[in-house]
Amino acid sequence: MNLPDITRRRFLGVAAGAALLAGCSRRSTRAIPGEMVGPSRERGHRLRDGGFPAASETERHGVVIIGGGIAGLAAARQLTKSGHEDFFLLELEDRTGGNASHGANAVSAYPWGAHYVSLPPNDAREVIELYEELGLIAGRDATGRPIYEETALVADPAERLWILGRWQEGLLPKIGATDADQREYAAFTGKMAEYKAARGNDGRRAFTIPVDRSSRDEAFTALDRITMTQWLDAQGYRSERLRWYVDYACRDDFGGTRDQVSAWAGIHYFAARDGVAANAENDVVLTWPEGNGWLEKKLRETSASRIRTGLVAWNIAPAPDGGVWIDAFDFRREQSIRFEARAAIVCVPRFVAQRLCAPLRGQPAAPLEYGPWAVANLTLSERPGGRGFAPAWDNVFFDSRSLGYVNASHQRLDREAGPAVITWYSALCDGPAAAERAKAFERTHADWCDLVLADLRRVHPEIDELVRRIDVCAWGHGMIKPVPGLITSAARQRMADPIGPIHFAHSDLSGLSIFEEAYTRGVLAASAVAASLRPA
Amino acid sequence: MTDRSTRLLFLASVFVIATCGLIYELIAGTLASYLLGDSVTQFSTVIGVYLFAMGIGSWFSKYVGRNILGTFIQTELFIGLIGGSSAAVLFLLFAQVNSFRVLLYALVLLIGALVGLEIPLLLRILKDRLAFKDLVSKVFTFDYIGALLASLLFPLVLVPHLGLVRAGFLFGILNVLVGLLTIWLLRDQVAWARGHAGTGLLILVFLLTGFAQSDRIMAWSEGATYSDPVIHARSSAYQRIILTRSGNDLRLYLNGNLQFSQRDEYRYHEALVHPGLARVPRRERVLVLGGGDGLAVREVLKYPDVREVTLVDLDAQITSLFSTQELLVDLNAGALKSPKVRVINQDAFTWLKQQTGKFDFIIADFPDPSNFSVGKLYTTAFYREVRRVLHPDGAVVIQSTSPYVARKSFWCVVHTLDASGFVTEPYHVYVPSFGEWGFVIASPQPLAAVADLPPGLRYLTPETLAGLFRFPPDMGDVPTEINRLNNQALVRTFEEEWKQYVH
Repeated sequence: MNLPDITRRRFLGVAAGAALLAGCSRRSTRAIPGEMVGPSRERGHRLRDGGFPAASETERHGVVIIGGGIAGLAAARQLTKSGHEDFFLLELEDRTGGNASHGANAVSAYPWGAHYVSLPPNDAREVIELYEELGLIAGRDATGRPIYEETALVADPAERLWILGRWQEGLLPKIGATDADQREYAAFTGKMAEYKAARGNDGRRAFTIPVDRSSRDEAFTALDRITMTQWLDAQGYRSERLRWYVDYACRDDFGGTRDQVSAWAGIHYFAARDGVAANAENDVVLTWPEGNGWLEKKLRETSASRIRTGLVAWNIAPAPDGGVWIDAFDFRREQSIRFEARAAIVCVPRFVAQRLCAPLRGQPAAPLEYGPWAVANLTLSERPGGRGFAPAWDNVFFDSRSLGYVNASHQRLDREAGPAVITWYSALCDGPAAAERAKAFERTHADWCDLVLADLRRVHPEIDELVRRIDVCAWGHGMIKPVPGLITSAARQRMADPIGPIHFAHSDLSGLSIFEEAYTRGVLAASAVAASLRPA
Repeated sequence: MTDRSTRLLFLASVFVIATCGLIYELIAGTLASYLLGDSVTQFSTVIGVYLFAMGIGSWFSKYVGRNILGTFIQTELFIGLIGGSSAAVLFLLFAQVNSFRVLLYALVLLIGALVGLEIPLLLRILKDRLAFKDLVSKVFTFDYIGALLASLLFPLVLVPHLGLVRAGFLFGILNVLVGLLTIWLLRDQVAWARGHAGTGLLILVFLLTGFAQSDRIMAWSEGATYSDPVIHARSSAYQRIILTRSGNDLRLYLNGNLQFSQRDEYRYHEALVHPGLARVPRRERVLVLGGGDGLAVREVLKYPDVREVTLVDLDAQITSLFSTQELLVDLNAGALKSPKVRVINQDAFTWLKQQTGKFDFIIADFPDPSNFSVGKLYTTAFYREVRRVLHPDGAVVIQSTSPYVARKSFWCVVHTLDASGFVTEPYHVYVPSFGEWGFVIASPQPLAAVADLPPGLRYLTPETLAGLFRFPPDMGDVPTEINRLNNQALVRTFEEEWKQYVH
């Protein structure tokens, strides 16, 4: 067969895309402008392979924070708040942000990773305090419920689902649902409400945020031994639609399918968030055009002058004086600096910390699995619509392996006309993480464009006419995956323990990659460090 | 074929030609007055141009040499094509082309010239078959009888029962049939008869299709959507702008929704502006949000103590239309051209967020909350911004849809303003073209009871004013949600209520 306008390479790209997304393979022949962005693989590999020069300069500081994601920025903010100014934060990339990174163009700011937070439960004290300080919680009503800043609450309509050739409101599939489906929806929703209210024999909520404030009651922790699919089977949930919905939730929040993540984590998604608002429904989320980049910017503001980017710590070791030495390589000056500090807060993923920290190096690797992700930001000449319910913030496709897209322009206050940026997500979790990661890094920009457009085209046939630019970010280690056993393992709990003056903070220590976990760990680690530095 | 039957054929065609010719002329005249208004001028100029064009056609007939019969048949077919589809073409293109008049008169000229060509050619064809005096007498008799028939058929049968577009196609078909009959009967005398017949059949199929699809054409052309003739239709980046006119009634529609009718808009705009503006202690700086038609501004400018009016309307097409188009400038009394008025084409929400100064009175005259993007302009978040730029003893008035048709929507606006920390005074007025319409005055502090109405109002007096604030039980207060960005309760309620009303 002769296909004149499809080159072999492109055809293979399409085939790969079709295999991943079961999308159709019609493709546009024009090259779409855009680029691959994201964490610098060159710097990451340099860190992995080693070979940095010995330090040629020495600096002395009270505290050094390693890693400028949410945990690191939270730690920096907390130190500043508690009056410590003698610290620096070192970030490998040229800018901070981690999973909360964002980008911007003439049309809109847009997220590169995490893009919303839910209303924090009362257990998330540190997070609530932050939201109060940032003005996100503007006040409280007579009954003490927080009043949230209205423009940060996701604007209505929040969610829609593409199913059977049209859009419906909400993500639980309503169109074409049978009575049996509806019964299971009701049973499932009821069960989750039960878990939301449940408390263990230790008096704690069964599921809460932060994870480690949840009950240790065996009645609930036993759920961490099975997968979410096993739990659904055991409970007799047969509805394919319900099972899709639960799988979508697992992929969306944990980057893993319901066959991969533990039932404890799967239920946590639905049951942990009991935050309330005086001026919104309880299931509402807070979001911004740049996603959690908004929070990241706010955190950074407090300690902007103490952040040093383009610096990778490559050796963190206890010092003879009881402090800690951090050898860091400056990519701009091509030389290493030794930071002599009284304490260090290591805010990088555990698998990186194990390479950096001398005391961890000999130890067996923690059984942590990180799911790769793909995020594409598409600049469109106008917001796509479609048959059925109106365009929403989160737009999900029932029969796709992608997670659909969020509209970065949705939170704008002006009347939408003209161009928009949409952020397409996919948790690459259909195969083993290492294989998916390797596959993701092999793909070129053109391959990604094919894949993303093939997915969108089935829902928005006009997408090829609307698209102006596609930027893509492939995250190799996008999210910690809460596989069975991780959340309740003693090993995970021990990972957060400081080793002498070396403290740790990262969401993977919680087993869940969410803002609240990273932030709380950053704050707690900084508080512990601040306490340890206080003259006795 | 006998000479007699040939003569009959030709005289019959004179009759049909005359009828068709006049029908095309009437269609053009009627359409011109529909679309451009001022029927006397339109009919007069269309008839004048048409007759003049017939003269041109007659003059050109002398250049037709040998092939008179062939030319006659071709003329017949082309008049059928052009005249028959003229109504459809004009309807479809009036909104799309900028110089609609050029297109209109070009078509009138073309049809007139072709019709003008017909009779002289026919006279020459028949000149050897009839005595000159008989020829002239018969041709003109049939011509005038045809004209009489057309002028009676047109208003009594065609326009009411077929509509302009279908009537056009019907007479085009008759015209082509005459041509085809001529070809058939005189096929041995006509050069290239098969070619003519083929062309004629093609045109016939085209016109029949047009006849069958007339309803769809009218639906496309929008003319059918509006009960009155459309005189202006443009799409801006934000909306479809339609002006219709019937007699002295000018109406503005945005996305198909009536914004005002010239007959009773004074009721709406007096009620929108004065109950609030007449009661604030100071009115130096007034802000109008939406209301790009300048009609609210016209009312505001009736107070001599108003020093500056800022009008913020998203759509530059609307504000420029209402500051340049003569009829519309007459209607808003040149309000948008007043030196006191500053027009800003920006989204009201984003503009408001950037403001630091204070206003004494604010008018929010937005479209009804029929979609999520307009719904944002009725939320607590928006009213918080309004409050921020409002002088503490000033007031804001909100157009808030019909308390009769959309009772919950209306009270939802009231309660949303209550929740935003305002003292509210809901009221309503009867506007014949809209029905019962509702407004809310909202102020940080209670307003003075005394209203200082300007002179020259047509509807509001101190007596009528007092009545506006009384709500009969069928429009009375009902519990509602508060409209917020994150629930869009108003848009959802509004859609529910109007859906029930329309169906």
